Amino acid sequence: MSTRTDFAQTAQQREAAVTIFERGAPGRRASMLPEIDVPLQAAEALLPARFRRQEIPRLPEVSEPEIVRHYVRLSKRNFDLDSGFYPLGSCTMKHNPKMHERVAAMPGHSRLHPFQRPERAQGALELMWGLQEALSEVAGLPHVSLQPSAGSHGELAGVLLTRAYHEARGDAREIILTPDTAHGTNPATVTMAGYRVVGVGTNPDGGVDLDDLRSKATDRVACLMLTNPNTLGIFDPNITEIAKIVHDVGATLYYDGANLNAIMGISRPGDMGFDIVHFNLHKSFTQPHGGGGPGSGPIAVSDRIAPYLPVPLVTRTDTADGPVFDLTDDAPQSIGRLRGFQGNYGVFVRAYAYICSLGGEGLRRASEIAVLNANYLRARMREKGIGEYLSSPYEGSCMHEFVLSGGPMKRDLGIRTLDLAKRMLDFGVHPPTVYFPQLVEECLLIEPTETETRETLDAFVEIVAEILAEAATSPEIAQNAPYTTPVRRLDEATAARTPVLRQSFDRE
Amino acid sequence: MSEYTSLTPEDLAEMLATIGVASIDELLGAIPDDVRLQVPLNIPAGRPEQEVVAHLRQLAERNTSADDEITFLGGGMYDHYSPALIESIILRSEFLTPYTPYQPEISQGGLQAMFEYQTAISELTGLPISNASLYEGPSAVASAAYMSKLANDRPEFVVSRGLHPHARQTLATVAHGWGGRVVEVDLVNGVTDLTQLADLVGPNTCAVIVQQPNFLGAVEDLSAIAEIAHAAGAVPICSADPLTLGVLEAPGNQGIEICVGEGQTLGNRLDFGGPSFGFLAASAEHMRRMPGRIAGQTADVDGRRGFVLTLQTREQHIRREKATSNICTAQALNALAGVIYLAWLGRQGLPELGELLLQRTAYARTQLAALDGVELLHDQPVVREFAVRLDAPADRVIAACQDRGVNPGLALGHEYPEYENGLLVAITEQRSRSDIDTLVRVLGEVVAEIIGSRTAAGVAG
Amino acid sequence: MADESYPDDLRYHREHDWVRVEGDEAIFGITWFAQDALGEVVFYEPPAVGSTVSADATYGELESVKAVSDIYAPAEGEVIAVNEAVVASPGLVNSDPYGEGWLLRVRLANPDAVGALMDQAAYTAYLAGLGDA
Repeated sequence: MSTRTDFAQTAQQREAAVTIFERGAPGRRASMLPEIDVPLQAAEALLPARFRRQEIPRLPEVSEPEIVRHYVRLSKRNFDLDSGFYPLGSCTMKHNPKMHERVAAMPGHSRLHPFQRPERAQGALELMWGLQEALSEVAGLPHVSLQPSAGSHGELAGVLLTRAYHEARGDAREIILTPDTAHGTNPATVTMAGYRVVGVGTNPDGGVDLDDLRSKATDRVACLMLTNPNTLGIFDPNITEIAKIVHDVGATLYYDGANLNAIMGISRPGDMGFDIVHFNLHKSFTQPHGGGGPGSGPIAVSDRIAPYLPVPLVTRTDTADGPVFDLTDDAPQSIGRLRGFQGNYGVFVRAYAYICSLGGEGLRRASEIAVLNANYLRARMREKGIGEYLSSPYEGSCMHEFVLSGGPMKRDLGIRTLDLAKRMLDFGVHPPTVYFPQLVEECLLIEPTETETRETLDAFVEIVAEILAEAATSPEIAQNAPYTTPVRRLDEATAARTPVLRQSFDRE
Repeated sequence: MSEYTSLTPEDLAEMLATIGVASIDELLGAIPDDVRLQVPLNIPAGRPEQEVVAHLRQLAERNTSADDEITFLGGGMYDHYSPALIESIILRSEFLTPYTPYQPEISQGGLQAMFEYQTAISELTGLPISNASLYEGPSAVASAAYMSKLANDRPEFVVSRGLHPHARQTLATVAHGWGGRVVEVDLVNGVTDLTQLADLVGPNTCAVIVQQPNFLGAVEDLSAIAEIAHAAGAVPICSADPLTLGVLEAPGNQGIEICVGEGQTLGNRLDFGGPSFGFLAASAEHMRRMPGRIAGQTADVDGRRGFVLTLQTREQHIRREKATSNICTAQALNALAGVIYLAWLGRQGLPELGELLLQRTAYARTQLAALDGVELLHDQPVVREFAVRLDAPADRVIAACQDRGVNPGLALGHEYPEYENGLLVAITEQRSRSDIDTLVRVLGEVVAEIIGSRTAAGVAG
Repeated sequence: MADESYPDDLRYHREHDWVRVEGDEAIFGITWFAQDALGEVVFYEPPAVGSTVSADATYGELESVKAVSDIYAPAEGEVIAVNEAVVASPGLVNSDPYGEGWLLRVRLANPDAVGALMDQAAYTAYLAGLGDA
């Protein structure tokens, strides 16, 4: 091993990972339950032995201080958005306002039972109605359902709506088109909803290959799923023509809202000709990502798709005493329910608070600054010392994110995009999305978002320049990085070959 | 207004100069004029933080929360106590604000928490393979159904009417996409009709799906149901209430192959229905058909114990149209609350809580059944929820009780026309004997008044 | 991991599968190029013994940590054995792709058809052509 990569162990690295099941001692506990304050009945009379649990689940036996210290220690083994720059492309890691946690925790929101009768949940239903109105305005489409739980769930809703729309016209179709730049959820959703995927090519400018689209757009096609700007960060200038080609064969046009943060108040999917849009409230509308959920994936649709929206729907009736809100299942052509209850209301509260804070003008400004920050960072990444190793595969300005290719870096410096990403970890920044989209060699997808300061962007440029300069003389440093993280590169092959998915207990 | 951005006029000028354009508008040149929004969004102007907080408080005050009444409302989500330490941990930035753990070296906290969560779910369900959580309970049922479709590719799902109506409806919606059919089995005296089930299950049956305890609170005979499914080569699936699994036998020990459920009761808020989490655990043979994220244990280059997302080739970002599911994320933060809750409740606390629920529920059931105009809808064993039939319109009874500060439960007739004036009553450890006595008194008064007014009207007429 | 090689006693399919003929039986596997492209193999899903595989059609899957690869049959035949050692230790495909890392033994439907596949020279030329593309 080169001495250059022989870094001293950090204190965290010296501390071995211990699970909550390995802490504590038999008989120890944190909870104290209320007394049984009712006349005792015989156990066998309440629950016959054949239904009774024979062996008690081996849950932890720990005190409250042990639990707190355990999870606080674990938390320090995470990197997070509040700690540093997180330019993860296509994920929109914008700041999560602290006020949102305060309002979401209000008992009137957080302790409201989902089966509370609507006349006693008027505030919640009004909030949902208001959020629907705002999302409808941003999408440029008149009808909204907040129900889907995440972007992927919104996609499933959208494809099932497409199916319902065609079936109602007695028009069986079996193909859904997705561009080859699409996120993997698009083709996965298509299969789950019983359709077959056909890919559409990308033109040299990074947009949809119109000739390829025309050749594949037939009356067997149910839908084209698209995101605009796409996963290369490019706004497709042919969007009106694309919509025309799709609509001419009777198919629907679906907007994957992963990249909506680029265009809020600037351009609307509905005005581009999209029939169905899903939003990621955890992206554009800043629900904290929570280490991978919860999210929320509302959908907005055009008039012709509206009859099929999932139930329940929020209704509003104006009376002399003001508006009255209700929930209804009365939609005979609806695709039905997609989950329990009304959706991720706690996420709605935060998204609604965000929209109240920014207003229409603020949403537009957020998108504009997101585009500015991305273009500024892109311009700086073309400077000497970086630009010759990380090339820009597409000319012209980008929207809220951009791709770079680590191909020259791999050839000239001998380090891969993965190595660059891993070395960034030692500098206290989260790497961009890597190896996606797959059509760009050694791809990096960088999305700075509007909430980062110019100084943060400049500092990131310096870090990349430093890593590349270091690699020019000592590529092994990046190749073996990281060094300062709680663990170093992990053996994923062994994890997949012999999966260990839970604690082993000594008694087993 | 609050924008959470930092751009000064000087920043703007210098950044535009660096890019080499005169304005932000120039950067948007790829957007054709005919799809550019020419007017401002019709959304009210932004407001300062304190005004937004005040507005959100006003909306909250127009809801009757579980703090505002003595509530016995259940039906899938319950007012169990969530200890304060959960909030203090999950609101830490390090858990609240990261994305999915794509870079495991800097995500060990979240990944280890997933591993601990999977262990806890395996212990509760008696099944060896758990994923890192799904959206919520009913959609987890649909996910389990899709797994069984991948296993045997049969078209029909035989589903007990004791399964939560939202789960049945969600399954019907989703299965329609892939061409699956849903067939329902009736309940008899509160539990799945095993004779009818045996008649309906056959070579076309993909899976048999039941709930434990079922929607009416009754404990199902999972062993008998699993046996019927297995005899036909169908996958037995159970949606279980995790908090009852300290006293109820583990579904995995009764022949169930896939166990799912709603995780809200494990330390999560009511939140008007979400976000919570769904869990999914399965027998080993189903491992490569599991949906969603799964964490696994491994070692780093220096031999240190560590955790990664594993078995990723099942997932959409690699297998694309052949993926086992389109789901990309878990409900990581809610599942974290779940595993902290289970650590807090602990090995002794889980069965103790189960016994407490059994006893208080039995007391409430006995007391309510003794009222005039109230009778049991079934006499099966129950753990924390039971159903009665009222001799008065359930909606009217509930509204009148709520006016007196007690929410007596859920009217069953909307989802179950066969149980007109049925009332589903849930007992949690937050409802003391005194609360139950209040329920008995208020419900008794209201039912008596309605019956009395009906009798009076009859006499007058 | 093994060094790059393409033995001259094998025939090669364009999807980077090899076949070794032994009388009317044959052994299938994937080439050094294929295992290198896939990375560390972690899972092998073989077909059932007794089933039939068709030339140019997929008969199973190999998975690495972050990729899935269909395996193509270079010739038609009935499966008479699968390499259980690879099922248990998938890394054998990386360490010894032409030896212990074999995947399938079949009884060939038409042993003569194998002659139409690429020999070592043709396959290495084919690989060189892929690099230029």
